[in-house]
Amino acid sequence: MFASCADPSTLEGLNWLACYLTSGKHMAFYQSFLVVLALLAITAPAALLFGFGGAMAARSRIWPLRMVGRAYTAMVRGIPDIVFFLFVPVAMDQGFEWLRHKVKCPDWTDPVRQGSDFVVCPAAKLPLSTSPQWAHETYGFALAVLAFAVVFGAFAANVLYGAMRAVPRAQIETAEAYGMTPRQSFWRVLVPQMWIYALPGLSNLWMILIKATPLLFLLGVQDIVYWARELGGSKTSIFAYPHPDWRLYYFLGLLIFYLMLTRVSEAVLSRLTARLSHGQATLAGEAQRKAAQ
Amino acid sequence: MSCVQTFQDYAFRSLGYGERLLPRSDFTLCEQFTLIGSGLVWNIYFGALALFFGFFLATAVAVARNSGAWVVRKPAEWFIFVFRGSPLFIQFFLAYQAFVLLPRNGIELNLIFTHITAETGWLTRAWAGALVVLFLNTAAYSGEIFYGALRSVPKGDIEAADAYGMAGWTRFRRIVWPTMLRLAWPAYTNEAIFLFHATTLVYFSGFPAWQQKGDALYYANYFADKTFNPFIPYPIVAFYFILVTLAIIGLFGLINRRLNRHMPSENRPRLRIRPQVIR
Repeated sequence: MFASCADPSTLEGLNWLACYLTSGKHMAFYQSFLVVLALLAITAPAALLFGFGGAMAARSRIWPLRMVGRAYTAMVRGIPDIVFFLFVPVAMDQGFEWLRHKVKCPDWTDPVRQGSDFVVCPAAKLPLSTSPQWAHETYGFALAVLAFAVVFGAFAANVLYGAMRAVPRAQIETAEAYGMTPRQSFWRVLVPQMWIYALPGLSNLWMILIKATPLLFLLGVQDIVYWARELGGSKTSIFAYPHPDWRLYYFLGLLIFYLMLTRVSEAVLSRLTARLSHGQATLAGEAQRKAAQ
Repeated sequence: MSCVQTFQDYAFRSLGYGERLLPRSDFTLCEQFTLIGSGLVWNIYFGALALFFGFFLATAVAVARNSGAWVVRKPAEWFIFVFRGSPLFIQFFLAYQAFVLLPRNGIELNLIFTHITAETGWLTRAWAGALVVLFLNTAAYSGEIFYGALRSVPKGDIEAADAYGMAGWTRFRRIVWPTMLRLAWPAYTNEAIFLFHATTLVYFSGFPAWQQKGDALYYANYFADKTFNPFIPYPIVAFYFILVTLAIIGLFGLINRRLNRHMPSENRPRLRIRPQVIR
C-alpha cells in the first residue's frame, strides 16, 4: 500500500501496524465486508419474493398448492435453520447438475449415484471444470444466496400470510361490492394495505437476517469469519508480519461490526415505521396526530 | 450387522461409549438414525441446562433493567444489547478464542489465607464453553422477554398487593413474578424452541468435537460428507428436531396451563408458536 511498507521486517510500532492493516490480505478482508452487505442486499428482496409466493400459495383455493404453501411456511418452525443452510446448497447443486445431465447427455448409461459418489457427465458439471476461478466463486455465492432466500422466504411467508389476514375483512367486501374479481381485489386492495401490518414482522426478520450472515462461512464462501480466522491465527517469522494468535481481537472487531449494523438498522427501521404510520388509523398514527396539534 | 447390534455399538457413541470408530462405508439407514439420535443427547444437554440456568439470570436481568438506579439498569441494558445484537455464531468464536487464551495451567488466585488454582482448561471444551455462551445468550433473549412482561404487569395487581401490606421481596415473589411469567410464557416457549435449534451451531463454530463426540448435526454432516447425499441424513435431523419441538411445546403447554389456572377460561392465552429464529 504505502511505499515504506516494502520491507516489513524493518518497521516498528505504529508504522508496522499501518502497513500490517493495509496488506493485500487485509484488503481482501475489508472486501469481504462488502460480500456480507451484498448478500444482505440481494437476499432481502429475494426472500421477500419467495415469501410473497409462499403466502399466496398458502391462501390459494387450489388444494395441492395450498398444502405446498402451508408446508413451506411450517417447515421452519420445527427444524433448525442451519440444517437448511447445510442441505439446500448441496441439494440444489446436485439437482441442477442432474437436470443438466438429463438434458445434455441423454445417452449416458452409468447411474448418477455410484456408491458414495455423485457422477454426472463432464458437460453437465456446474460450473464447467474449464471455467475460471471467479465463476466457481460466483456459483458458490449464488447457491448461498439461494439457501438464504429459501429459508428466509419461509419466515417472510409467515409474516406476509399473517399481514394479509390482518387487513380488515370489510375492505375486501367493499372491493367485491364494487364488482372486482378476486384477483383484482387482491392486487388493488389487499396488497397495498398489508405492508403496515407486515412491517413489524419484516423488520424483525431483517435483524435476524443480519445475524444469520456469518453462516456464509459454513457454506464455504470466503466471508468475514473466514478472513478473521485466516488473518488472526498466529503467524511465525516466515510470514511478512509475524504475530501471536490475534483471532480474539479479529472476532471482537466482527462483534462490534455486527453491533453497529444492528444499531443502525434499529434507527432506520424506527424512522421507517414512523413514516409509514403517518396518517394511518393506528395507535402510532393517532399519537403522531396528537403530537402535531 | 443387524440393527440391534448397530444400536448397541452407536447409541451412546456421542458420550464416548460403544464402538470407537465411526462407520466408514456402506452406511445403512439404521446407522444414520442411531448415530444422529445419539448426537441429539448433546443438543438436549445444551438446551436444557442453558435454559434452566438462563431462566434465573434472565429474571435478574429483567428486574435490573426495570430498576430505577442507573448503575443497575445500564449494565443490564448493555448485556441485552450485546448478546441480542450480535450473531450467536460470532459469540461462539469469540468465547472460544477467549477461553483458549486463558493460561493453560490454571489461574493462581492468591487469597490472603490460601492459594487457589482455578482450572481453566475445561472451558475450552464444548460441554462447558459452549454451555456458558448459550447460557448468557438465552439469558439476554429471555431477559428482554421477561422485561417486556414485567412492564405489563397490571397496575391493579401491584396496588392490591400494597393494600395487603406486601412489599419488597414478598410482593415480588408472590405477585409480580408469577404474573410476569404468565404474561411472558408464550414468548418464552418460542425462545426455548429456538434455543434448542441454536444448539446445533456449537460444533460448527470453533469448539472442536473431541474424539468425534458431536451433536446430531455434527453426525448428519459427517454422513452427508461421506456419502455426498444430503437427502438422507438432514431429513433425519429434521425429524428428530420436530420431535424435540413437539416435546417442548407439550411441556411448556402444561406449565402454561398451571400458570393460568386461576384465570377465567376464556381469558387464558393460548400458546402460539411463531418463528423467531436465528440469533
